[in-house]
Amino acid sequence: MHKIWLIIQREYSTRVKNKRFLLVTFLMPLLMMGLIFGSAYLSTTGIEHRTIAVIDPNGFVKNALKNTDQIEFKFPENIDTNNYSKNGYTDILILPKFEKNNKSDYILRSKKSMGLMLQNSISEKINNAIEDQLLQDAGIQQNTLDSIHKASQVAELKAYEDKGNVSKESNAGLAMGIGYASGFLIYITLFIYGTMVMRGVMEEKTNRIAEVIISSVKPFELMLGKIIGIGAVGLTQFALWIVLIISLTSIGMGLLPADIQHQVTTLQQSNGQMGMAQASESAMRIYNMQHTIATANWPLILSCFVFYFLGGYLFYSALFAAVGSVVNEDPQDAQSLVFPITMPIIFSYIITNMVTQNPNTPLAFWASIIPLSSPMVMMARIAYGVPSAVSYWELALSMTLLIGGFLFTTWLSGKIYRTGILMYGKKVSWKTMIKWAFTKQS
Amino acid sequence: MIGNYFTAIFDYKIDSMEPILSLSHLKKYYATQKAVDDISFDIQKGSIFGLLGPNGAGKTTLLRMITGIFYPDQGSIILDGQPFRPSEDISKIGYMPEERGMYKKMKIGEQALYLAQLKGLSKAEATEKIKYWFQKLEMESWWNKKVEDLSKGMSQKLQFVVTVLHEPKLIILDEPFSGLDPVNANLIKDEIYALAKKGSTIIFSTHRMEQVEEICDHIVLVNLGKKILDGTVAEVKQSFKENIFSIETDSPENISDNNIFTVVRKDVNKIFVKINDGNNSNEVLSHLINNNIRIVSYNELLPSLNEIFIKLVESTHSTTRAFQNI
Repeated sequence: MHKIWLIIQREYSTRVKNKRFLLVTFLMPLLMMGLIFGSAYLSTTGIEHRTIAVIDPNGFVKNALKNTDQIEFKFPENIDTNNYSKNGYTDILILPKFEKNNKSDYILRSKKSMGLMLQNSISEKINNAIEDQLLQDAGIQQNTLDSIHKASQVAELKAYEDKGNVSKESNAGLAMGIGYASGFLIYITLFIYGTMVMRGVMEEKTNRIAEVIISSVKPFELMLGKIIGIGAVGLTQFALWIVLIISLTSIGMGLLPADIQHQVTTLQQSNGQMGMAQASESAMRIYNMQHTIATANWPLILSCFVFYFLGGYLFYSALFAAVGSVVNEDPQDAQSLVFPITMPIIFSYIITNMVTQNPNTPLAFWASIIPLSSPMVMMARIAYGVPSAVSYWELALSMTLLIGGFLFTTWLSGKIYRTGILMYGKKVSWKTMIKWAFTKQS
Repeated sequence: MIGNYFTAIFDYKIDSMEPILSLSHLKKYYATQKAVDDISFDIQKGSIFGLLGPNGAGKTTLLRMITGIFYPDQGSIILDGQPFRPSEDISKIGYMPEERGMYKKMKIGEQALYLAQLKGLSKAEATEKIKYWFQKLEMESWWNKKVEDLSKGMSQKLQFVVTVLHEPKLIILDEPFSGLDPVNANLIKDEIYALAKKGSTIIFSTHRMEQVEEICDHIVLVNLGKKILDGTVAEVKQSFKENIFSIETDSPENISDNNIFTVVRKDVNKIFVKINDGNNSNEVLSHLINNNIRIVSYNELLPSLNEIFIKLVESTHSTTRAFQNI
């Protein structure tokens, strides 16, 4: 046991002391934020401008086609499909005469094809105009219509989940976000730390230090020490990220103007009942965000995250270690051998994406029970709440199977590893690796 | 008389000592080959033992069983009077494998410390011993260097230090001199002698027969998984002698075959003769004297270990080939 501890310490400290670790740990959150804000910024500034010539025999559409930042609608005379671009228009929109009970299509011709979003926004405008016109023809006044539109935009769905007598506010959007984020995080880290284990094993083998070390410790201890050490590096990284995120948000909150901060606190104290009139819009928004985030069961989610990260990591990293142990100098061997391990990880990620929207399908159930995919898929389901979306027995079964699963892969990989780590110059397939695992060897 | 007395004491000393390592009927079979096929031998305490054999003879497998990396399929290993228990006895053994390396990015001092602690030394003990050895082998300035900055010979020295640091009873060195310049090779050789003198037993595995002849007391030759030779260097040489004598003379042309000996080869002022069965070396000498041939020197020519090695290995190969043909 003492020796395993030494190995864990070495694996951990050589990695954590490495400058690259600190760089990745502190740059990753900044990079993510940069990516989010950067893409948001680009999507607002990098837009193309279009001037559309409209031929409208109806008249009523003209009011509905309001100019935006992106599109300028013009209604010139004497324009047709042959001369619109010569006259400086990017597109031409030809509307037929709309009549009741008669579906007639309208046509857009462009020199450069238009994106789907823009097309949708134009057709929505036109269809709404047609709907309004038809309603007016049916005798509804314009001002009645306007008030109906306004009212329908104000209301919003509030979902609650019933736990015995207590109703708790639930938020599907938040659940989806948490499920997606934690699934994605586990997906990424399985890859990062799995390959780290594999590369570590390969390093020991190609540097030829493996034989020196296993004359002092059992091969299994060396493998396990490496896996645990690198897992601890992963946990350290998560802990640092959480600290970083919390401190960055509190710094961000501190930078807000004092009156908004004050309003947010008042909103918190009054449970959001301060009312629109007193609170500014931004204070309201911040309060709502905080309120929504608080609806999730964070202690449960975080502890499950740690469990499933560790379980998934142990499950897969043992397999990565087995592959590392059989690879010779040629990294190409590693690529083909690692494929059967990366495939289930990628599949699980795809399933996770589906499960974030539908947490209770049979696929979601089975994928969250089977240890190959449970670390990611179960996290996506847990975000929707325990026991409302995932019952306790499901969670217990999934956890038990995951523990059994990683014990099995560790045992399997230990058998492969002890043979592989001392074998040089031989190309090995998964078939031989499995054979090593199930025949009695040295 | 006095000579006999000394040999008697010497024999007595060896007999009274228990072997540090005793292998009996060790077997290790792989799917495609018998890597080690029923090998037995003893190694005496404090001796320098040569384990010889061509590539693929089973030496590495044998050494891995002795170091506890592999378990034998059959047979027993007795270490220091006790059945070998790999997990506990690991600290009694220092193993320097032929394929050896270090963590390239780790500092040399830390690395030596790590490997010494894995052998069971406490951090304080290990630090003290590393300092002692680094000083002894003029490596003090290396502590904060990385292995990737060392030459091959330098890392070899480091390997050696790490192997012997924990003062193991049994030190196994697989090709310890490969890549060392003569100065450093001598340095290591002297340390090997010193360790043996202090009571450590050394198993020395190599292809370099001149080193074996120089260093080893006792040798075992394995080929194709079987032991084909076992004895002290002197015994082995004696048993393989072919009764060939070299005669240095100024008139080799006057010597020719007769009923006492046959001429094997002639040089400018040297002639090699093989004594015919039933005759002895004195008869050769008196024959030469009677024929008025002036003798400058007269020596028995013992085969070198290299010749014995090649001869034995080739003959075992040809027998297997013969068997395979049947």
